[in-house]
Amino acid sequence: MLASTKVMTLVSYWAVISARFRSLLQYRSAALAGLVTQIVWGIIRVMIFQAFYSSTTTEQPMSGREVETYIWLGQAFLAALPWNIDTDLRSLIRSGGIGYELVRPVDLHTYWMSRALAWRTAPMLMRSIPLLVFAFMVMGMAPPATVAAGAAFMISMCAAIVLSSAITTFLNVTMLWTIAGDGITQLTFGLVLIFSGMLVPLPLFPDWSQPLINAMPFRGLVDTPYRLYLGHIPASDLPQHLAHQLFWILAFVVAGRIALSRALRRVVVQGG
Amino acid sequence: MPQIIVENLVKHFRVSQRDTGVLGALRGLAHRRYETVKALDGVTFEIGPGELLGYVGPNGAGKSTTVKVMSGILVPDYGRCEILGLVPWKDRSRHVRHLGVVFGQRTQLWWDLPVIESFDLLRDIYRVPRHEYVKNLDEFVAVMDIESCLDTPVRQLSLGQRMRCDLAGALLHSPKLLFLDEPTIGMDAVSKVAFRQFIKRFNRERETTVILTTHDMNDIEAICDRLMIINSGKLLYDGGLDALRQQMSFERSLVVEMTDAGSPQVHPAAQLAMMNGRRVHIRFDPKQISAAALISDFTAHNDVDDLFVEDPPIEEIIARFYEGNDVG
Amino acid sequence: MVDSLYVYGRFLTVSVRAQMQYRASFLMQLGGRLIVTAGEFAAILILFDRFGSLLEWNVYQVAFIYGIVNVSFAVADALTTGFDLFGDMVKTGDFDRLLLRPRSTALQLAGQELTLRRISRLTPGIVALIWASTGLDLHWTIPNAALLVASVIGGASLFASLIVFQATLAFWTTETLEMMNTVTYGGVETTQYPINIYRPWFRNFFTFGIPLATVSYFPALAIMGVPDPLGTPIWFQYIAPVIGVGVLVVSLQVWRIGVRHYLSTGS
Repeated sequence: MLASTKVMTLVSYWAVISARFRSLLQYRSAALAGLVTQIVWGIIRVMIFQAFYSSTTTEQPMSGREVETYIWLGQAFLAALPWNIDTDLRSLIRSGGIGYELVRPVDLHTYWMSRALAWRTAPMLMRSIPLLVFAFMVMGMAPPATVAAGAAFMISMCAAIVLSSAITTFLNVTMLWTIAGDGITQLTFGLVLIFSGMLVPLPLFPDWSQPLINAMPFRGLVDTPYRLYLGHIPASDLPQHLAHQLFWILAFVVAGRIALSRALRRVVVQGG
Repeated sequence: MPQIIVENLVKHFRVSQRDTGVLGALRGLAHRRYETVKALDGVTFEIGPGELLGYVGPNGAGKSTTVKVMSGILVPDYGRCEILGLVPWKDRSRHVRHLGVVFGQRTQLWWDLPVIESFDLLRDIYRVPRHEYVKNLDEFVAVMDIESCLDTPVRQLSLGQRMRCDLAGALLHSPKLLFLDEPTIGMDAVSKVAFRQFIKRFNRERETTVILTTHDMNDIEAICDRLMIINSGKLLYDGGLDALRQQMSFERSLVVEMTDAGSPQVHPAAQLAMMNGRRVHIRFDPKQISAAALISDFTAHNDVDDLFVEDPPIEEIIARFYEGNDVG
Repeated sequence: MVDSLYVYGRFLTVSVRAQMQYRASFLMQLGGRLIVTAGEFAAILILFDRFGSLLEWNVYQVAFIYGIVNVSFAVADALTTGFDLFGDMVKTGDFDRLLLRPRSTALQLAGQELTLRRISRLTPGIVALIWASTGLDLHWTIPNAALLVASVIGGASLFASLIVFQATLAFWTTETLEMMNTVTYGGVETTQYPINIYRPWFRNFFTFGIPLATVSYFPALAIMGVPDPLGTPIWFQYIAPVIGVGVLVVSLQVWRIGVRHYLSTGS
């Protein structure tokens, strides 16, 4: 049973990822346009930060160069953020077809989470590589500070994607709870945007806010891996930061599972 | 003086071909293949005021292309189309003022709002004078029994109710022409019968010209005086239903309830098809022997309790029509 | 004309009423949006807290420009939802429904939906404007107030025309037109800050190519009484918003060409 569940999960993971790739390839210009969009955004943001940095002579918690690389990493891995919910699942929930999901011989949360992983990975892979190439060649993006920094970044980035999928799955589950699921998603996206470091790198936030930001889960999506890349967080500190990411992955998975089982009980009782 | 004149309409479409699978999608990045499809291939007809016309054909035959051209939302490659003296696509705004359209698949009412609010908005869109609006609305509410629907959001209506409201909405501005696109699709039997009666009634009382496209031949049999059949962009038939039956040489059946069981004596031009106790089915070709002649011959030679003549269903006739004329 | 405006108003009323049917969902979405847009404004405050100034600009001046751009975009965005949905409407055939009505398609699309939650952007925009105007101690003379209104109208017209242009392309291609979103949303992001902070090629694109900076930045300078670091004359700063309205008129003409193309190809 356990083995078959794993096989099912793996099969569905590949089915989803290949479907995602195909639909992404379907629109030939969309892939290119997405890339151009992200590059333009990166350029705008770099110019804004350059203007700010040229306005001051005081020492900042992060150098202008570091911020530029931080921005390009953010553009490259934008698609990995939990910024939307699974649209297929949403229409399934809206139409009431979700009842059939219950019949599947798989653990629903695991299945949804693997879908979310695929949902996040496919577009991220497609966009990150060409964007990174461009940023290195044209925009003078810096390579990882050291080999160790690069390795620490890779590990932490994987955790970031899993964290993102756990949050996405949690959001998918909230769709079962209320019609306000879209609102919760928007709200979460707002929090992610601000407190992950996407808008402003977290070290530039006021010093008094740092403990609060550090405690929140969202820095694990962006700030932690990127600063490991820059060497701004030494690679030797990886364990404690990874622990922070894993703690929040676990928290979202547990919360998602509890919410899901409650929601399903309700679905079963009400008969859909 | 015909209301609608359609002459030699021709329309081509370019359809892009999309390959399947990841490889196909990748290939699609490089170049895309196109194919030209002839949707209309010289369609000609005229329709007089107050006619109630059924327009049938398989999917992709050119039905909806014709209707789109007549609605002014598609410009043909060649040919002429004049409706109430206007060329639909050249004078779209003025043309559609005289036009009501009902799609069975889609509603034109605002999904989340009570029906009456949609009606009020349609009144403003079509600039319907207040007295005319009130008069029409009162009539539709009374005839189609939609009083209780007016304050209900459209999404909460049953399909039958929704289609009645849609029909009312399409008639609020007293159009001279009414296009119905598969209006009864998905309806239950009772709603269908009622809906057909409404169409027939409005056609008669208001002299609204009605063009009905449908796959349900019962719609056509129940209300249409005239039938047009299209396939592969060509008009195959244009005339009455009875004339179609006669034109197609098909076999009819005489079904007889005999007084006693036993082999009956049958006219040599007809055939004994089936015997089931006292019930006997006799097949005949109306071109070789008329129904009247066969009946008088049969009753002269046999003892009969009851009898009736059976036609093949209209579906069968039309299906045979497609087969016989299918170019592709 | 009056009749068209009346029908337009009726369309919008109906759309708002329809959204009010799902009040809880609407309020949640509004709240969520508010967080996002408030976050964007907070980012500016965070950066000024760190750096003190942005070249010659102080935080109030930037907030003022931010306010004009966001109020303009919120208005345009809310009023053009129908054009955003237009690509899908072509695919599903719902656009035919609009063509079957005796009204211009642009009017019907603009009236199709007034998405209230998009107005959420108004809130930080207006807050920024009020906060900046107190901080800058602005004097709201009639010319200044009129210029602010003109600048918002010009900005909204320009943003709306970009969205109309993008929708028009859907007559010719079924590809997703993310590229145009880059210009629109990138334009919002860019013009929230004074245009002189950018490199010349980029600045020129948003001044002459797609004059988003022109309709917001220049009038803002005139209202704040700040001489332009780029040296534009004051009279130009006053007439700049007209450009936005001009571009909107052009975009509606292009739209009509698109509709004609649609009628001849049938999607």
